[in-house]
Amino acid sequence: MKTLVWVEHDGKAVKDATLAVVTAASKLGEVHLLVAGSGVDAVAKEAAQIAGVGKVHVADNAAFGHNLPENVAPLVAELMGHHDAFLAPATTTGKNIAPRVAALLDVMQISEILSVEGPKTFTRPIYAGNAIATVESSDAKLVLTVRGTAFDKAATSGGSGTVEAVGAGSDAGISSFVGAEIAKSERPELTSAKIIVSGGRALGSSEKYQEVIVPLADKLNAALGASRAAVDAGYVPNDYQVGQTGKIVAPQVYFAIGISGAIQHLAGMKDSKTIVAINKDEDAPIFQVADFGLVADLFSAVPELTGKI
Amino acid sequence: MKILVPVKRVLDYNVKPRVKSDGTGVDLANVKMSMNPFDEIGVEEAIRLREKGVATEIIAVSVGPAKAQETLRTALAMGADRAILVLTDDAVEPLALAKIFKAIADAEQPGLVILGKQAIDDDNNQTGQMLAALTGWAQGTFASAVNVDGDHANVTREVDGGLETVKLKLPAIVTTDLRLNEPRYASLPNIMKAKSKPLDTKSPADYGVDTAPRVKVVKVSEPPVRSAGVKVADVDELVAKLKAMGVHS
Repeated sequence: MKTLVWVEHDGKAVKDATLAVVTAASKLGEVHLLVAGSGVDAVAKEAAQIAGVGKVHVADNAAFGHNLPENVAPLVAELMGHHDAFLAPATTTGKNIAPRVAALLDVMQISEILSVEGPKTFTRPIYAGNAIATVESSDAKLVLTVRGTAFDKAATSGGSGTVEAVGAGSDAGISSFVGAEIAKSERPELTSAKIIVSGGRALGSSEKYQEVIVPLADKLNAALGASRAAVDAGYVPNDYQVGQTGKIVAPQVYFAIGISGAIQHLAGMKDSKTIVAINKDEDAPIFQVADFGLVADLFSAVPELTGKI
Repeated sequence: MKILVPVKRVLDYNVKPRVKSDGTGVDLANVKMSMNPFDEIGVEEAIRLREKGVATEIIAVSVGPAKAQETLRTALAMGADRAILVLTDDAVEPLALAKIFKAIADAEQPGLVILGKQAIDDDNNQTGQMLAALTGWAQGTFASAVNVDGDHANVTREVDGGLETVKLKLPAIVTTDLRLNEPRYASLPNIMKAKSKPLDTKSPADYGVDTAPRVKVVKVSEPPVRSAGVKVADVDELVAKLKAMGVHS
């Protein structure tokens, strides 16, 4: 089987999310990459070094500069004439593009695969990970998005892919990029952070969130998260929300502070490698999933932890 | 302009899904069902666009069993003008859904179709993008702001690490993210009024769409169980455990 992997990049370097997809693709067959963008020579060279990569298709065109799916999806659909499977990371970019490709090819996408069980059989989470479905595609071609936390990252060196320019491409003329506000903080992003410190309603206010949660996150170079209850109470913006209706995360260490552990929150963080819970209610459901639980008043325990860690 | 708003009836987000013991799916018998939360945000956004004078008519559509009528009545009570129920007891995949919505869009000629970014049952996150492909329209997915300006819409999208704004030619597809708005509750008078709003019933065949699944569900199982770990006595013990794992400043 010949696979085509979407290379996620920022115009300068290959993003880590790509590497897990390469691993997933290598379980299906030959791995080809697609680097689409504007002025992406360096990215293509870097991509060719990824272990196990055969061919790197490079589509260099201003129309591909901002990953606009209206322009990029027809390019991918055309390349799929010579490939059997298209795989993209389950990032906001991959999720934006892949289903548009699938519909152009008249195939059903399989979203956020967790494992490859056979040439057309995969597992994927449903109900925010509260159930795992094993599914088998009957389509002639596969379109998959890959959950990055479920596959090892391919090595960034050792490969010797051949770089090949592909079709000119064109601007569909129905969409354009206006601007972006990408958080410039030194803080890691919630969905890719190794450590996350999340606060819940027990904090009581936005000030207390800043005073108690932020210093611990600073000290551990962690991302900041929150429960839906804390978001609804206005302590932090909605993009901090971890849970079924927020972000699904799986860091190495997840700190749940003053979070009781509602189903909706657990759904978003229960795949974390280690869960640390601090809550004064010893019967809080969060303790049923926590590796390390501390029954204590968070207003004294967390500053103490911040001081000692 | 008209706005088309697809809505899905799903297991309420506060109910813990239980996997059926025969591994065929999640048990939906006698549990609370509600409108998919992202679709609720879509209905709200359409209503706000009508309140701003951008939209003239809001059409809610649902593909599902007879009970999906309740979900459509909720949309009508929130403020949608009329509803279309595409009646089927089959589980319809995103590709077939997109084909049905494409046929409805061809007939209704909306300026915008606003969908939830994903349904919280299957978590596919595909239907809006697929509809955009089939119609050939622009797509603004994971929207946190929608501003219609003449024949264009500026859509701010929640992307990994921040926000991005794209300018889309209308008609276009928007899929909603959480920050877009906070949906209103339907008032009792509006719930009463919704009962007399028009609701058409159709079938997938009326739109010439084959809903036979392309993906076979082999089995559905419980995720690996996470067992409770240990309770630590104090902060010092917690610090020691964390340091042993290499977690420190």
